[in-house]
Parts: sequence; C-alpha cells; structure tokens
Amino acid sequence: MAEISLVEAINQALAYELAHDNTVVVFGEDVGPNGGVFRATVGLQQRFGKDRVLDTPLAENMLAGMAVGMAAQGLKPVVEIQFLGFIYSAMDQIINHASRLRNRTQGRLTCPMVIRAPFGAGIHAPEHHSESTETLFAHIPGLRVVIPSSPARAYGLLLASIRDPDPVIFLEPTRMYRLLKQNVPDSGEALPLDVCFVLREGQDVTLVSWGAMIHETLKAAEMLKQQNIHAEVIDVATIKPLDMETILHSVEKTGRCVIVHEAVKTGGMGAEIAAQLAEQGLTSLLAPVQRVTAFDTIVPLARLENYYFPSVERIVSSVQKVMEFA
Amino acid sequence: MMEQQVTKKIVAHFDIPYLSFLDNEGRVLQALPSLAQEVSHLKKLYQSMVIARVFDAKAIALQRTGKLGTYPSILGQEALGVGMGAAMKPEDVLCPYYREVPAQFWRGVSMLEILLYWGGEEIGSCFQDPSVQQDFPICVPIGSQTLHAVGVATAFKLRNEPRVAVASVGDGGTSRGDFYEAVNLAGAWKLPVVFVINNNGWAISVPRSIQSAAETLAQKGIAGGLACEQVDGNDVIAVQYAVQSAIERAREGRGATVIEALTYRMGDHTTADDARRYRNATELEQYQKKDPITRLKNYLMNIKAWDEAQEQKLQKEAQESVAQTVAAYAKYPIRKPETMFDYLYETLPEAYKAQREEVAQLKEISHHG
Repeated sequence: MAEISLVEAINQALAYELAHDNTVVVFGEDVGPNGGVFRATVGLQQRFGKDRVLDTPLAENMLAGMAVGMAAQGLKPVVEIQFLGFIYSAMDQIINHASRLRNRTQGRLTCPMVIRAPFGAGIHAPEHHSESTETLFAHIPGLRVVIPSSPARAYGLLLASIRDPDPVIFLEPTRMYRLLKQNVPDSGEALPLDVCFVLREGQDVTLVSWGAMIHETLKAAEMLKQQNIHAEVIDVATIKPLDMETILHSVEKTGRCVIVHEAVKTGGMGAEIAAQLAEQGLTSLLAPVQRVTAFDTIVPLARLENYYFPSVERIVSSVQKVMEFA
Repeated sequence: MMEQQVTKKIVAHFDIPYLSFLDNEGRVLQALPSLAQEVSHLKKLYQSMVIARVFDAKAIALQRTGKLGTYPSILGQEALGVGMGAAMKPEDVLCPYYREVPAQFWRGVSMLEILLYWGGEEIGSCFQDPSVQQDFPICVPIGSQTLHAVGVATAFKLRNEPRVAVASVGDGGTSRGDFYEAVNLAGAWKLPVVFVINNNGWAISVPRSIQSAAETLAQKGIAGGLACEQVDGNDVIAVQYAVQSAIERAREGRGATVIEALTYRMGDHTTADDARRYRNATELEQYQKKDPITRLKNYLMNIKAWDEAQEQKLQKEAQESVAQTVAAYAKYPIRKPETMFDYLYETLPEAYKAQREEVAQLKEISHHG
C-alpha cells in the first residue's frame, strides 16, 4: 500500500465520508475544480458532484453562518477556511451560533459541522497565513478543537469529527501537510476524540504537545535519549475538551512536565494545562512545569519565522532545566 | 485642463416598486388581492394583531414589575409579523430577529415560550409545537440570522425540496456584512429564501437617515441580483401579499427576494431604552395615524364585517388568553442549576463532569440577585 501524506489523508477521509454519508457536504473557497489551495479536496467535486462539493463566494462569516443553517437542517457541513488567519470574521457565527445552537434550543436544533483550517508557521507563507490561534476556540463552551499531527491521526480524527454530533474546529498543521508519509488504510475507522495519544513512553519527563510541534517534540525526545533522559511524549490531539487524565497519569510517573506549543505563550493552552497540573497534580511534581512556546509577538514574516516557534534545541534545553530538580 | 464631453452608456438600472392596498384610514387604494376576499381570513389577521398587541403590553408590564427580563416591544409592527407568518407554509422555515413574534405565534410558537425566553429560561426556544420544530429561535446578534436562512435554503435546494427560508432583519441589520453576504449568496445560488427588512425607522437611537444613504433599503438586494421591493409594513394585506408572492416565486425556483417593509417602532427599543432621549414626540404622533390595527379594523367595519360587540369580545378573549399565559409563566418551575451543562454537547465530555457536579452541590441562589 502506498504511503500518504497528511493532506492526502485529509482527502481520503473526506472522500470516505462523502461516499458513506450522503448528508456530508464539503464547501468553501476553491474546493471545487481547484481542489483547495493545499489540494485537500482534490478530485472530490469530480467524484461526488457539485451538489456535494461546492465552491462558494468569498466570505468566511458566510461560510460559518450558512453551515449553521445547513447543520440545523440535518446536513453535515464540512467547511474549509483557507487559512486560520482568515477565520476571524467568522468568529461571530462560530461563537454566537455554532457553539450554542444546541444549548439555545435545549436540543431542538443541533450543529454537527466541521470547520477545517490549515494553520501554523514554517512554510514561508505571506502575512496572515501562519497563525496558531487555536486557543481562541478552546475558550468557547460547546466547541471541540481537534488537531492532528500525523497522516494516520488526520484520517481517523477527521472521520471522528465529521461523525461527531457537535461543532468541531479541525486545525491542520500546514508544515506537516507533506513532511512525512505513512500507511493509512482507508478503513473508515475513526480515532477517538477527547483523548490524548501517548506517542512515546518514558519515565523521566512528560512532554505535552500537539500539531506540528509534535515533530520537534519527538526529535527532542530522541536527542534526550542520547543523554539518558527518557521522555514520554503526549499528543493532546483534542485540545478542547482536554483529556487531563492522561497527562496527570503520566506526570504521576515522571514528576516533570514540559508543554510545547506553537501558539504564543500568554493565555495559550499550555497555561491551562499547567494550571490544571497545579490544581490536581502538584504533589506529583518534582520540578516547575515549563512552557516552550512561540514568543508573544506577531508571527514574523519568512526571514525570521524559524526563530519564532519552538526549536528542538529550545525543547531539549527546557527539559534539561527541569531535570536539574532532584 | 478642460476635458471634452465624455459619454457613458448605462449598463444597469433598477426600479423599486412599492405596494399598499389600504390607506391610513383603511380605505381601499386598489383592488384587493384574493387573500383579502375571504372575510374569515381578514378577521384572523386582525385577531392575531390584537392578541400580539395585548401580549406586548403585558410583557412590558411584567418587565416593569420585575417579573420579566429586558423585552423588545413590537408595538406598531404587528402587521409585519402577522403578514409574514400568514404568508408562510408550515414546511417553510423562519429565521426571525426579535420583533417578529406575531409571525412566530402564527406558526405555532406559544406566548408562554416567548415569555419564558425573555424571562430567562432557554426552554422558551425549544418550541413544542410539531409544526415549528425546524424554525430558528429569536436571533439577538443583529443580522446574523440572514446567513442561517441561506444555509437552510441551501439545504432545501440540495435536497430538491419545495420549501422556502424566510429571514427578517431590522433596518440597522442591513448595515451588517452578514446581510450583504446572505443576499450575495442567495443571488449567486438562486436560493429559495426571502429576506424581509423590518424598517421601523430606528436602530436603537440611530435613525434610518444615518444608517444608509440608499433611497430604499430594498435596493441593497439589487447588487446581489435579487428581486427587490417595498411594501407598506403597516398594511397587513400588503405584507402578506408581498411576502407570499416572494415565497411562491422562491418555491418555484425563480430566486430570492428582498422585501423592505416600512413600519414604525412606536415603543422604545427595549424596556432598557427610553426613546424620549433621541426622538421627538411629533414623529411618534405622525406614525400613530398609520396604526396597522386601526387601519384593518376600519376596513372591516366599513365592509360591515366587524362591529363594537365583536371588538369587545375579542379584547376580552385576548386579555384572558394572555392572563392564562402569564399565570402559567409565573408558576413555571426553575430548572436544577446543573442542567446548564445538559445541552452543551450531545454527551457531556469527561472534562466537565466535575464542574457539573460542583454546580449541583451549590446552595440555592435566587435569580432575583
């Protein structure tokens, strides 16, 4: 079986659900003949027709608002926002409507929809194309925020997100779109939402991350092994709702935790995880929880962007710091 | 530098028709449409407007005595809501803003539900009547419901169902991007949707003149390629006729319509507002002469279909019906606080179960603060 990239896994999951659930409708800007700016929807309109895969006028707030109307009618909209940096005009519809239609109507109308958006830095993209603002959505009750970090998890988590009865913000790390390939059988088997994935076991320190930073975090874990430091690596995957059980369980064992994320430091999900560790896991901790994050600046344009998000070196150095505590 | 005279050819032009059947005194301006030939139907329109007005007055009184939260009056706009409701088929879907309760009542939403909603109980948007299960609840973020309507209409079109989505939006709401985006999509995809602009002259304290330089708000739909017209929003016959014609046009696959209904907000924006701060009394007096209820009553009396005895009876019945609703509202039980978690997701995620339990353990806190 041919190995596929993360973006191909997205395409494979979309095709599977379009073929197996006739209420699924994929739409957005350029998703039709062009197949999406990253080619995530390539071939889908040709295969499933213009009633299932629709090119829309250019208006992000419209995409989110019409998805609410369609979802309330029993369809399962899967919306593509071209880049996360362009989603902000849709926030009104996402926060005021998609996240709360079920609650507002006490279950009479619901909003089973997925908003997909590529996100993150590291591909030398123009201004506004490199944002990592997942925490904005994690703050909103009623939403799920799901972030895959490999082709297999992209496939399984996207299937789960489309099948989920509530709105899901599905963020795809652009830097990972074509970085590595995996065997991803087109089995239609979803992965569970709302749980972390333990990617690597270790007893010395817990590394918690998600999205593209998993790549650097795993590399750091490998380097640390050379130094006889055995890191457990957790891919949070669903950042809202947060599976603290898995993280707490790991920290009980390791006593140390370093959280790695590409979002800026202030008010990031790292802060939430650290706060919950302080609330529920303090007695397990042998060292202060550390955050290795992007700096609290605007994402720099291409020339400086590699300084912006965490490097393997910064992760390793942070781990060495927590290892100094007995 | 003097330029020579340049010539430009006209590549597009438009007209906005205006429709009315009854003048301010209820005199017939032109032959009435077939919907107005049936006296029983006209009486039903009239009764619905009267009940809506009695309900509205009672809701304000409840708020003034601390028994209801902030409430937006519909005084003077009863014809618009009733006409819209009457124009729709049960299988159509309404995406209303918050002054179209007469349309909601017509379709099957109960007065109790509307009181519960403004009284702080979400169950008021969980409509019980089977015929309004797919209608959207009252929409507070201005204009955002127009996008839900195009989404609903997209679903109808994709499924090839002969159904129509109807959205109402205020004059202020037409300044928002949501409205333009909805109109644009409705035109581009020829969606079965009707936008009814409730132009009551005021967006809280900002008058229509500040809202837009366009001669009519209806013409905002021209740019999206929609059929656009104005209607006398205080003439219930004209409202029903215009909305119904647009709905049937949409149902036949002939495209979307923007209808600007000209009415007037006789009350404050909400009970938290005082229109005397920004509106002069003479303007209000001028519009009181255009009252939609008086107008239809005059017409019905002129054709001998209505008399004072029937009026007395209707007023009494309306008062009784509203009083019964208020009694049911007053004794409606307060839910257990932990139920605030119950419709957050289909299944409450593990992450929030402890919080739900925490709420369940809280001591009783009065909602009167």
